Amino acid sequence: MEKIELKDFRFSGSTLGEVADLRTLDAADKAEMLMSGIDVEERERAGSYLQVDHGRVHCKSLQKGVEVLDIKDALAKYDGLPDYYWTQVDKDKDEFTRSAAENLHGGYFVRTEKGAKVVEPVQSCLFLKGDMIGQNVHNVIIVEDDSELHIITGCSVAHGSKGAAHLGITEIFVGKNAKLTFTMIHNWAESTVVRPRTGGTVQEGGVFINNYVLLKPVKDLQSYPVIRLNGQGAVARFNSVIVAPKGSHVDTGSRIELNAPDTKGEIISRTIASGGTIIARGFIGGNSVPAKGHLECKGLILGGGVIHAIPELLGSVDGVELSHEAAVGKIAQEEIEYLMARGLDEEEATSTIVRGFLNVDIMGLPKELQDVIEATISESEKDMF
Amino acid sequence: MLRIEDLHVKIGEREVLSGINLHIADNETFILFGPNGSGKTTLLMTLMGFGNYEITKGRILFRGHDITHAPIYERARLGVGMSFQRPPTIHGLKTRHLVRMCSRQGEIDVDALARKVNMDEFLERDVNAGFSGGEIKRSELLQLMAQKPYLLLFDEPESGVDLENMKLIGHTVREVLTAGLEPRAGASMKQQRALRRPVSGLIITHTGYILEYLNADRGQVLYNGHLCCEANPRDILDHISQHGYQECVRCLN
Repeated sequence: MEKIELKDFRFSGSTLGEVADLRTLDAADKAEMLMSGIDVEERERAGSYLQVDHGRVHCKSLQKGVEVLDIKDALAKYDGLPDYYWTQVDKDKDEFTRSAAENLHGGYFVRTEKGAKVVEPVQSCLFLKGDMIGQNVHNVIIVEDDSELHIITGCSVAHGSKGAAHLGITEIFVGKNAKLTFTMIHNWAESTVVRPRTGGTVQEGGVFINNYVLLKPVKDLQSYPVIRLNGQGAVARFNSVIVAPKGSHVDTGSRIELNAPDTKGEIISRTIASGGTIIARGFIGGNSVPAKGHLECKGLILGGGVIHAIPELLGSVDGVELSHEAAVGKIAQEEIEYLMARGLDEEEATSTIVRGFLNVDIMGLPKELQDVIEATISESEKDMF
Repeated sequence: MLRIEDLHVKIGEREVLSGINLHIADNETFILFGPNGSGKTTLLMTLMGFGNYEITKGRILFRGHDITHAPIYERARLGVGMSFQRPPTIHGLKTRHLVRMCSRQGEIDVDALARKVNMDEFLERDVNAGFSGGEIKRSELLQLMAQKPYLLLFDEPESGVDLENMKLIGHTVREVLTAGLEPRAGASMKQQRALRRPVSGLIITHTGYILEYLNADRGQVLYNGHLCCEANPRDILDHISQHGYQECVRCLN
């Protein structure tokens, strides 16, 4: 991993202005956004937030029970959000958090009302359009007690980008008996460097499900969300699907802290190196009982590359139950031959096994998004075999 | 249907099959007996075209095509279908999806087929994941029913199967092999047979339970890489269950 020189990027001066209708966006940009799950028609969405480079271009709440704001407006409206803002991520953690703290460009604030079951997802897209742009965003998600929310957040760069840096802070609050499904689709380019910093807490009976999909090349990405299960019976699950083609360096993982009785944490990652490097981390800490955690990281190397799986378990009390399963390998010839005996040629068989391995199904995503992901997988298969 | 001529097969450095000659006619079911390690599974795997089995001599003709060196999927598409004894689990691949892919002749009613072998509740499960012995057999049969091969290769259809499952599996194997041929008004069975596609079977059995459910025409013993003792399968079974394979030792040495 090379050192990222923040001074090489422009952190001011690129704003596009308000776009009232997402359909009027540039066709090439729309295509990139579509690949990260953005529906420009906004038909089945509870709200949208779109930022390009250094400023918001679109922000709308479309359904009752959920508020979607530009973080700057939210800070003004709610007196700086003292109970939330910079409580989950340390402002002084590193130069990237400091950059976001010193020069905030935007980001989304999404909050549900207590008890609101928001059926349709809220979508957000943080887009990098200009060359050598550095983008600082700060997102705050509050899912109030007894409410439910799904956020689909896509991060993307313009086609042909020559370089960009995305630094994003995300702070997540899941209330009592609330449920948040947070689906993040990264759609970067060979030249993009990415440093998300994410932290969150889940209260009593709350559920946090995190889906992460990275199928496109990225120059250098490092991400390690931390979720603390602080209330009894809280549950967190991370599902990740990561492909690293040649030139990609991806250092990613997640950390779950089981801090209350009856909490459960699960981290499942599927990684494929097709020429690039993946460091697949995972950490579950059991600090209260009864508590259960399971970590599963499986990697395939198809066509070169490196996968370094680092599963970690830490138990600090008697009676905690933590387990992990890690594997780095290749597709079993036996499985390919089995499918070939059913009439699939070698390429069809391999592709079927790879899709099964990546198993995007378990994320339970909306159909059109699942289709987009499947299409992206078949495109990236070219590098694999 | 199938003609095997002087087939020699090596696994690694070891010759496992030494000059096999076998002809299976259209609509014929052939039973293969033999002790463990005699090369029965090797013969089936070689017919299907698996990688570890090296053909050093001889050839395999299937419905007029020389498939001796054809890739596995080409054999499958020509109409060779195999029921695996210990198939691998494929994570993330739903049984329903695989069954649909098995049918290359277009859309099939997967649910109706699955009900026939009592597999309707397994369609949304990953292929072979945590399946019991009987469930594996039923899943294999389901895939074969979708695939509709001309030649069915069964490696021990009764292994790991309880009695209740055995009945279902036995009846299904029979149904697949007869391809629905039964007495009915309007057309004699002879006329039906002339019209429908031919189906033949090559079945490996240890216990012979499967013979309770189907009419096998011929059988042979594979011993130490050689085929011998062609006879009625029931007679072979009867002899083996009384005397074991001693006679093969006497006969072949």
